Amino acid sequence: MAAFIPPPLPSDDKRWKIVNGTMRKNGFARHALIETLHTVQSAFGYLDDDSIRFVARSLRVPLSQAYGVVTFYHYFSLKPPGKHTMTICAGTACYIKGADKLIAAAEKQLGIPQGQTTKDGQISLMTARCVGACSRAPVVLCDGEVAGEMAGEKMVEQLERWAVE
Amino acid sequence: MTIEELEQIAKSVSQENEKYDFEVNVCMDLACMSQGADRLRESLIKSAEASGKKVLVRRTGCMGPCSSGPLVRVDPEELLYHHVKAGNADAIVESLGGAPVPELQCDLNDHFDKQVRVVLENAGHIDPEKIDDYISRDGYKALLTALTEMTPNGVVHRITESGLRGRGGGGYPTGLKWGTVAKAGGDLKYVICNGDEGDPGAFMDRSVMEGDPHRVIEGMAIAAYAVGASKGFIYVRAEYPVAVSRLTTALRDARRRGLLGNGICNTPFNFDIEIRLGAGAFVCGEETALLASIEGRRGTPRTRPPYPAVSGLWGKPTLLNNVETYANIAPIIRNGGKWFANMGSERSKGTKVFALTGKITNTGLVEVPMGIKLREIIEVIGGGVPGGHTFKAVQTGGPSGGCIPAEMLDLGVSYDALMAVGSIMGSGGMIVMDDTSCMVNVAKFFVEFCKSESCGKCIPCRAGTAQMFTLLSRICDGSGTMEDLNLLISLCNTIKEASLCGLGMTAPNPVLSTIKYFRNEYIEHIVNKRCPAGVCNMAAPVPEAAVEVLA
Repeated sequence: MAAFIPPPLPSDDKRWKIVNGTMRKNGFARHALIETLHTVQSAFGYLDDDSIRFVARSLRVPLSQAYGVVTFYHYFSLKPPGKHTMTICAGTACYIKGADKLIAAAEKQLGIPQGQTTKDGQISLMTARCVGACSRAPVVLCDGEVAGEMAGEKMVEQLERWAVE
Repeated sequence: MTIEELEQIAKSVSQENEKYDFEVNVCMDLACMSQGADRLRESLIKSAEASGKKVLVRRTGCMGPCSSGPLVRVDPEELLYHHVKAGNADAIVESLGGAPVPELQCDLNDHFDKQVRVVLENAGHIDPEKIDDYISRDGYKALLTALTEMTPNGVVHRITESGLRGRGGGGYPTGLKWGTVAKAGGDLKYVICNGDEGDPGAFMDRSVMEGDPHRVIEGMAIAAYAVGASKGFIYVRAEYPVAVSRLTTALRDARRRGLLGNGICNTPFNFDIEIRLGAGAFVCGEETALLASIEGRRGTPRTRPPYPAVSGLWGKPTLLNNVETYANIAPIIRNGGKWFANMGSERSKGTKVFALTGKITNTGLVEVPMGIKLREIIEVIGGGVPGGHTFKAVQTGGPSGGCIPAEMLDLGVSYDALMAVGSIMGSGGMIVMDDTSCMVNVAKFFVEFCKSESCGKCIPCRAGTAQMFTLLSRICDGSGTMEDLNLLISLCNTIKEASLCGLGMTAPNPVLSTIKYFRNEYIEHIVNKRCPAGVCNMAAPVPEAAVEVLA
C-alpha cells in the first residue's frame, strides 16, 4: 500500500501551518481529530466547511464522522464570532443568583436570541455551562475576561459601549 | 532523581526563602483574578522593592473563601487580609514587621477551624508553576517512596487500606478499582484523570489542577506504577484554559526533573502523561463517553460491562479516576492508609472538598472531614444565608443530585447518607438556596440541562428528559394538572431504571427529591396557580404543543 500523503494546505494562510503542526505532532492519527479541531477554532475563530474537509482528509476520518464530532460538542462553532463576545454563565450558582434575568436583558438589548451574533457582526451573545467561577455568581465573560457579581445595568452598559465601537 | 536529591531541592528552596523576612502570598485563582489580583500582585512587588524590606511576593492557588477576595496572606504570621485592592499594597508592605492593617484583617476563624486540609494542603502556600515549591512541601516523595520501597501490590494494598472512594461522585472503592486494573492482563495499560468537571456549580477540580497541578501528576504516576501502566491522559475541559496551561507547565517541569519519562528514579518504570481537551459535553464526565472522546469520537457512552478496568481506551485495561481522587494518593502513601482511614465516617473515609456557592455568606472552596453535619458546613463554615433570608435547601451532586431540605441539615455528609435521602455526593458542588428560589423552577433548570446535554443514544434519556421538561414547564406556567404530576413521577422512575448511563439514570434525581421534600410547592403551582417564591411567571402559559422528540 502506498504511503499516505496528506492533502495540500487549503491556502497560503499561515494559520494552516499551525493546524498542520497539531496533526503532525500526533502522527496524523485519527484520535487527533478533536485536538486538531480545537487548533482550527483557536486559529480561525470558528470551523467552516473547508476546514472540516481539510482536517477530515488529512486524518483519514470520514467527513460524516468529522462533522458529527463538530456538531456534538458545544465548544465548536460553525459560525464566525462577532467582534466582541458576551458570554453569560448559565451554571447552577449563576442561575440561583439570577443569570436568567441577565440573559433576558442582553437578548432584549441586542435584539437577538442567545447563541447568535448581531447583524452588523459586532456582538455575539453566548451562554456557558459553568466557567467555574461560581463563588462570584452571576458571572459573565466579556471577550473571555471573567466579571463576577454582574448587575444587569452594568452588562447593558458594556454592550452599549461595544455596539458603537 | 532520588529521595536525597528531592531533599536537596527542598533544602535549597528553604534556604532561598530564608533570605526573605516576610512572605506575602497573593491568591491568583479565578475568583480573585477577576477582582484584580494580578494588578494587586504587581503593586505589592513594586511597594516591596521601594520599601527596601526583604519581601517575597508569591502567587498561589485558591485560598478558599472566594467571597472575601482578593485574598492576601502574610507569613510567617499567617495573617489573612481580605478585599485587598492594588491601592492597599503600600499599607500592607509598610505594616510588615509591625501591627497588621486593621481594616483589611479577615476574621474567618470559624470558617477555617472546622476544616481539615488534605487535598488543599498546598493551596495558598505554593506557586503552582514552580515544581520546587511543590517538592519543598514533600512533593514527589510519595512517588519515589513507592518506586523504591514498595511493590505495586503494596501500593494497591495501602490504597485499599485507606478506604478511599472515588471522588468523582460514584464512590467506588479506589483500591478495588486499582486491583482490578493491576490484575488485568496485557502489556499496555492506561491511566486517565477525569478533569471534565461538567457539573455546573462545582469548581474543586479546577482549583486543584490550577493551584497544585503536580499533586495530580504525582497521584497518576503512583497509580500507573501500581497498575502497571505506562501512558496517561488528563482529560480537561476546554473551558478551563488556566488549568490546561498550568498542567502543561507542570508536565514539562516534571519531565525535566526526570519524574516523568523513561526510567523514573533509576528504576525500570516508564510513564508519561498527555493532556486531552474536552469540548463542552457534560456526558463526557461519564467514563465510557470520556474514553470515546479521547479516541477522537463523539462522546457517547456504551454499555458496561466490560468495564474500562478490563477493556477501556482502545480496548486496553484503563484506570480512570477523578482529579480529587488522584490528589489524595500522595498523602496516603506518605502517611499510611490507617492515617487516612482515621478521618471521616465509617464507610466514607478521609475528607471531601466542596464548592460552596449560591445564597451563602462565605462562598468558596472548603475541605471537611467526611461525616461532618451539613448544618456545620452551611451555618458555621459558610456563615449562613445572607440578607435576612431563610435557608430553604442545599443542592448537592449537580444535575445528578437532589435538593436537601432544612429539616435534614443534621445529616452527616457521606456517600451512603446522601444517597439515602435521594441525592448523591457528586463531585462536590454544594449550592445553597433560600426562600427566593422556587424548587419547581430549580427542578426545571436541571432537567433543561440534562435534556440539552443528553447525548441522544438511548431513548429513555433522550425522549424522557424532553417530556419531563414539557411537564415541568406546564407546572411552572400554571397549566399543569395533578395527572401531570403523577405522570412526571412515573416517567422519572422509568428513566431511572432504563437509561444507559449515569446521566440518564440520575437525571430524575432533582425532580424526585424536590417532589419528595417540597411537594406543597408543586401543589401550589398546580392547584392555586401560584408560585410561592414569586419566580415562575404564571400569566404566560406556553401553547399546548409539547416538545417534539424523535424517539
